[in-house]
Amino acid sequence: MYNGKHPFLHDLYKNRTKWLMLLPAAVVVILMCYIPMAGIVLAFKEYNYHDGIFGSPWTGFENFQYFFKSGKAWLTTRNTILYNLAFLCVNTFLQITCAIMLSELAGKMFKRITQSVMFLPYFISWVVVGAFIYNLFNYEFGAVNTFLKGAGLELVDVYSNKKMWPFILIAVSAFKNVGYGTVMYLASIVNIDGEMYEAADLDGATMWQKIRYITLPCIRPTVVILFLLAIGTIMKGDFQMFWQVTGNNPMVLEVTDVIDTYVTRSLLTLQEFGMTSAAGLYQSGVSFVLVLIANYIVKKVEPDYALF
Amino acid sequence: MRKTQHKKIRGYDRILFSFFSHLVLIVLSAACLLPFWLVISGSLSDQQSIQLNGYRLIPQQFSLDAYRMLFKIPEELIRAYGVTILVTAAGTGLGLLVTSMASYVLANKDFRYRYQVSFFFYFTSIFGGGLVPWYIFNTKYLHFHNNIIALILPILVNVTYLLILKSYMMSIPESLYESAYLDGAGDMTVYFRIALPLCKAGLATVGLFIALNYWNDWYNAMLFLDEGRRDLYPLQYFLNNILTKAQAINAAAARSGIPASDVPGEPMKLAMTVIATGPIVLLYPFLQKYFVKGVTIGAVKG
Repeated sequence: MYNGKHPFLHDLYKNRTKWLMLLPAAVVVILMCYIPMAGIVLAFKEYNYHDGIFGSPWTGFENFQYFFKSGKAWLTTRNTILYNLAFLCVNTFLQITCAIMLSELAGKMFKRITQSVMFLPYFISWVVVGAFIYNLFNYEFGAVNTFLKGAGLELVDVYSNKKMWPFILIAVSAFKNVGYGTVMYLASIVNIDGEMYEAADLDGATMWQKIRYITLPCIRPTVVILFLLAIGTIMKGDFQMFWQVTGNNPMVLEVTDVIDTYVTRSLLTLQEFGMTSAAGLYQSGVSFVLVLIANYIVKKVEPDYALF
Repeated sequence: MRKTQHKKIRGYDRILFSFFSHLVLIVLSAACLLPFWLVISGSLSDQQSIQLNGYRLIPQQFSLDAYRMLFKIPEELIRAYGVTILVTAAGTGLGLLVTSMASYVLANKDFRYRYQVSFFFYFTSIFGGGLVPWYIFNTKYLHFHNNIIALILPILVNVTYLLILKSYMMSIPESLYESAYLDGAGDMTVYFRIALPLCKAGLATVGLFIALNYWNDWYNAMLFLDEGRRDLYPLQYFLNNILTKAQAINAAAARSGIPASDVPGEPMKLAMTVIATGPIVLLYPFLQKYFVKGVTIGAVKG
């Protein structure tokens, strides 16, 4: 029996089964997250395959200079942030509206069906969403153009039209995420104490008043917290969505390129290891600071909801 | 549903609200269903009518050619299905085991270092080294290139699911554990005999989310598989190739000795989409309640 004084080693021995049970998950996380984290030194190096991550020569801030001078840093950061803000506002608004409507309606069957139908897109892969986009917007055969042709209107070629993409991407994000958020907000509305509504009924409150003065204030903390946490991840673009929906189409990159698509494309096509890791580190670093700030604010507002 | 449903006032505002809500919800639901409908309709259309007049809500010329052709050259499709089923089964089973073991320990109040270890896991979701070092480490040092492990390991452990399972495990009354420990049971016995059976609902929810992630994954295949290893392509990446590479269908047909002119390319792309999504849409009504439960837990404690 181990009798040393070090509390950690003692615990390691005493609870060895527990530590062993943690081991597989810890190994995966170390391999997939912590060791690659050490690879961020690559952002300050000129990578060559032969010398590997740690053997390659140092270059200081050259990779960052290259990234920021290319103009891509500003463009992709702007796109990432603006898209995330737009998604956040539009989706939150629709999710709360749907959740309130569903909570007030009486028809059980109607509620169940609409809720299920709106939740369905959450479960399909982004590749399939890409197929939907192709099916709708293909210039020659797409359903949208078939409809426009039938109505005698001008056809649209979205693959060369920059103005359309913000709207398409916002619509796709809503399509995929509104159902999920509706279920979530509905859960927090259902948790509101029913007595408050009864009291309001006795006082002769109208429905609008009940929504305005009971439902909305009660879900406000949830909304505020989810909003703040989303701000923490505002630098992270939804890679799969942008890649599949825009088809990585070079004609409209100016309005569709986010940091994540830029990094992946440069990695896969140009094999630009140094500059792309600099871009990745810039993104991770800013994200990390934003999460810390968001969490700090959440902790002040509503300590129970803080991440850590 | 609200436990004490507040009294429905049959007033003017309620009728207006009810009308408006039904309208909005019906329009949004229809918008969610429309793309599914269009893909099914397109997959059942005749190639020529599509080329002449485009995709429509209702097939102009109904035809099963696309599906017939898919069943004539089924090898690659069946193989892709096989890879996806294998990866999903292995990944879900392994992921659930690894995740639930860790969450069992982290939920245990006797475990002194539970906060530190939880943070060790949690930290990875707020900071990462970025794609490039991860990619290099996986290809150069772990030799994931063209390796089926590359489709399983990267998404095996998800910290969010670990925390969800942990909160399930914490809801088990401690007295159950304690009496088992007093009877001389070890952690493994308690985990297998008490924790797992009492967490069935949580395991089902998390297991379904893990399975969904594996079924829908194409990203790791894109990063780690070469064109030469088409035999390892999972379903979604196989579909991705058919959709994005104009010649992919013709090439697949040519490998089976079918001339390109006989291939109904357009409806076949959509028929492939239908076949790749079918299982999810068909199983969805039965599994939905578990997903709702998962989302609800996330809402209560983020």
